[in-house]
Amino acid sequence: MDQAHIRNFSIIAHIDHGKSTLADRILQLTDTVADRDMKEQLLDSMDLERERGITIKAQAVRVLWKGQQLNLIDTPGHVDFTYEVSRSLQACEGALLVVDAAQGIEAQTLANAYLAIENDLEIVPIVNKIDLPQADPDGAAAEVAQLVGVDHGDVLRISAKTGEGVDAVLDAVVDRIPPPSGDLGAPARALVFDSSYDQYRGVVAFVRVVDGCFATHDPLRAMAQRTRFEAEELGFLSPERRPVPMLQAGEVGYVITGLKDVSKLRVGDTLTSERRPAAEPLPGYKEVKPMVFAGLFPTDSDEYPELRDALERLKLNDAALFYEPETSQALGFGFRCGFLGLLHMEIVRERLEREFDLDLLVTAPNVAYRVRERPDSEWIEVHNPADMPREHEAVEEPYIKASVIVPKEYVGAVMELCNERRGRFDHLEYLSEERVHLIYELPLGEIVLDFYDQLKSRTRGYASFDYDLSGFREGTLVRVDVLVGGEPVDALSLIIHREFAYERGKLLVERLRKEIPRQFFDVPIQAAIGARVIARETVKAKRKDVLAKCYGGDISRKRKLLEKQKKGKKRMKQVGGVEVPQEAFLAVLNLESDR
Amino acid sequence: MTTWNELEAKSLRTRNNPSRSVPVGGLAAPKGGAGPERALVHHLYLHLPFCAHRCGYCDFVTVLGGRGQDGAYVDALLAELQLEHEALAEPPETIFLGGGTPTFTDPAQLARLLAALPPTQELTVEANPETITPALAALLREHGVNRLSLGVQSFQPHLLEVLERRATPQVLQAAFRTAREAGFDNVSLDLIYGIPGQSEADLHADLAATLALEPEHVSCYELEAKPGTRFTRAHGDALAFQAEAMEGYFELVVATLTSAGYRWYETANFCRTEADRDLRAHHNLAYWLGRDYLGVGVGAVSTIGGLRWRNAPSLPRYVAALGRGEAPPREPEPLDEATKARERILLGLRLDEPLSTAGLTDVLDLDAVERLERLNLVQRSAAAAELTLTRRGRFLGGGVTAELLA
Repeated sequence: MDQAHIRNFSIIAHIDHGKSTLADRILQLTDTVADRDMKEQLLDSMDLERERGITIKAQAVRVLWKGQQLNLIDTPGHVDFTYEVSRSLQACEGALLVVDAAQGIEAQTLANAYLAIENDLEIVPIVNKIDLPQADPDGAAAEVAQLVGVDHGDVLRISAKTGEGVDAVLDAVVDRIPPPSGDLGAPARALVFDSSYDQYRGVVAFVRVVDGCFATHDPLRAMAQRTRFEAEELGFLSPERRPVPMLQAGEVGYVITGLKDVSKLRVGDTLTSERRPAAEPLPGYKEVKPMVFAGLFPTDSDEYPELRDALERLKLNDAALFYEPETSQALGFGFRCGFLGLLHMEIVRERLEREFDLDLLVTAPNVAYRVRERPDSEWIEVHNPADMPREHEAVEEPYIKASVIVPKEYVGAVMELCNERRGRFDHLEYLSEERVHLIYELPLGEIVLDFYDQLKSRTRGYASFDYDLSGFREGTLVRVDVLVGGEPVDALSLIIHREFAYERGKLLVERLRKEIPRQFFDVPIQAAIGARVIARETVKAKRKDVLAKCYGGDISRKRKLLEKQKKGKKRMKQVGGVEVPQEAFLAVLNLESDR
Repeated sequence: MTTWNELEAKSLRTRNNPSRSVPVGGLAAPKGGAGPERALVHHLYLHLPFCAHRCGYCDFVTVLGGRGQDGAYVDALLAELQLEHEALAEPPETIFLGGGTPTFTDPAQLARLLAALPPTQELTVEANPETITPALAALLREHGVNRLSLGVQSFQPHLLEVLERRATPQVLQAAFRTAREAGFDNVSLDLIYGIPGQSEADLHADLAATLALEPEHVSCYELEAKPGTRFTRAHGDALAFQAEAMEGYFELVVATLTSAGYRWYETANFCRTEADRDLRAHHNLAYWLGRDYLGVGVGAVSTIGGLRWRNAPSLPRYVAALGRGEAPPREPEPLDEATKARERILLGLRLDEPLSTAGLTDVLDLDAVERLERLNLVQRSAAAAELTLTRRGRFLGGGVTAELLA
């Protein structure tokens, strides 16, 4: 189709502000999906997405409106997937910015709106949920208008739920968003903004063709990764796959590659044709690196092969997921996994437990650190506190630029929390008379545990939060080991700011003391930085453990008691010659994730 | 519950295995066709369930009151004994009358029972102190009872009350004197420690009162608050609360009695040492050495060869079955060799004498033995053929045994 009749756009919205509902209405209004086939929030194809009200994997749907081809590119709605969002936005010329009429702008909306502005997208501001009794369409419209710099009369007011105003949205897409302006005659280039895995057909790439034209059976190449494959099938989603013989400049569609490994085709890469390859790839490709790490162990060690298979299968659809085998003395065989962020971790964990029916033990998450043992040695990246050299010259940790939006009465509470977490105030701005946007620099390690929960509870749920990685910076970090019977428990080691080490070490050993059953001997439980013990508790030796009496009538019962006791012991893990029930580690790990 | 026929079938299978000893009596060998290796049982237990009052902590098979039923019950006991008599060695080495409160049984019926028993080397009767009158003591002596086990539990009035015992300290002292005056020269006292509200001073006082009487034998048990008993419901919280404070009580008991010259010969049992008499409880020693025993009476347990069985605890059904000349309803528990071996370890390590590990190595975790040896909880003889718990190991005997078992 002539590019003049094409519009490519995304929807930017905070969780629950109505992005998926609006997408559903658009599908209905354009007769893309018959009413009877309409499932709530069709675009979110995974159960988990539907349940959590978020979109994890972007997809693209083509609809027709008044003779125009509109391509709706759905974006993942969470902080962990900023890079994917930016690629989806790069595939568009415009974006619908949807704000809940009762809630106003949230941090995430802001972050994605800025991303859209940076990508030179035409923004169509929309206030949704005007049908709600508590709606304040004027207030929300004023905020949005100020943010995107338009007259507030240009802000559309709709109810995606009832369908009110949705036709005006489609008209605005056609009228306000510019058509693509690729060079049809240039060598073919397409941006990969998403991919998924089809077990029969391999990797399916979702692309925006920028220049030229791709045809079925073209030999293709991913320019950054140098992956070669054939375009087995081209097509678009409506919302099911509709094959077409070619995709040309301005169009959005899919390419079936036949590749068996999603990591061979990363989001952000540029496809070109081997017949007439482009000289330069499209800008902006980067390899996303996991920043948050945790050990995943099966609660029942017999489930290790199942966990391995499950991770392999998840990885097919999730190029950002990283894992490698890890052996823990305390927890047995498992995997050290890397995630883009906390939500990504939660999603992987839930999918493993739900879709693969695995019972998992997850260690406290930590971030990636860079360590140098001596001034002249190489920087090494450490993903597991137990791998951190005990003596080192310098450690760097990842920092984020955190963006928090709160009603002004909570500014103090937010600043207090950020200060507790080693935050550095950057600046503050008023979005309206009532609402404040705070920007802090924080170590990522300080937010991986419970920052978000704390933020929610200290602001009665009013705060919204988003962040961007802003690079590595040196920190006064130490490795704290927890020793049971003189031996470090690998799963409990942590890397922490020196200032917090004593307090946390004390808490850990106290908790562990309560969880470890008394043994035949005194068991010292210590927290140590290197050779220096910073906290110590003792599980006192048992003084008495006897079956009081045992005569002819008691023998069977006493024997069964001992056999039971024996079985209990077999389930325990040995650390430093001490029998520790798995529940003890669990309790401490839970403490870690609750803090 | 397994039926009698199933029990019979099981014992038949056992019988067909020539490597086993033959289960006997009611379960026993075809008349006139006794097998070649007929192992006779040397230890007989008789259960007399009647009590004047059921103490809160008790979980034995007991029957309240029972006046008027004693005669029928003694008939049934003797009938069961008759049914099983082929199993029993003539004469048995030990006989033990336990309860319940055997001395609460009507004296005439008790006398009738005692008179029907075969002669033996050790005939023990359990007695509640308040039942010991000069007449009863004399009756027991006349019928060959040569060992008396007195259920004292404590000498402190407030603790006796908690335990719902009926005797006063004065009655306890008097009962002991009465026994001595009747000629009993082997008397055992039962003590309980770990009673809710018991202070360390209380325990000292109980031990001192016990030693003042110079009994030949002392059994000293920690109170077991068994789940579901009335006592546990009433005192469970108090017990949990004082658990840590009472941790040293067992050590105190052992230290006090051993320094007074008693031999700590079994986890919970102590005896005086005399040159010409072995004052250990020989009947109970048979259990700890893993010997076979025949138990008759309601709820009584027997272990003979590869089979253990428990008579059902219902008094009417017990009496009725034996009234018809049948064995009472029983719950069998076959014991395989490994189970028996584990029991040998569990029981044998309660004693102060070395346990021979011959035949037991399959069920011993040898790594654990070494580990426990390093912790100085277990000792092995030079040839590694014998195991003994060290003094500290005995305080931890339950856990140590659990660890030793493979």
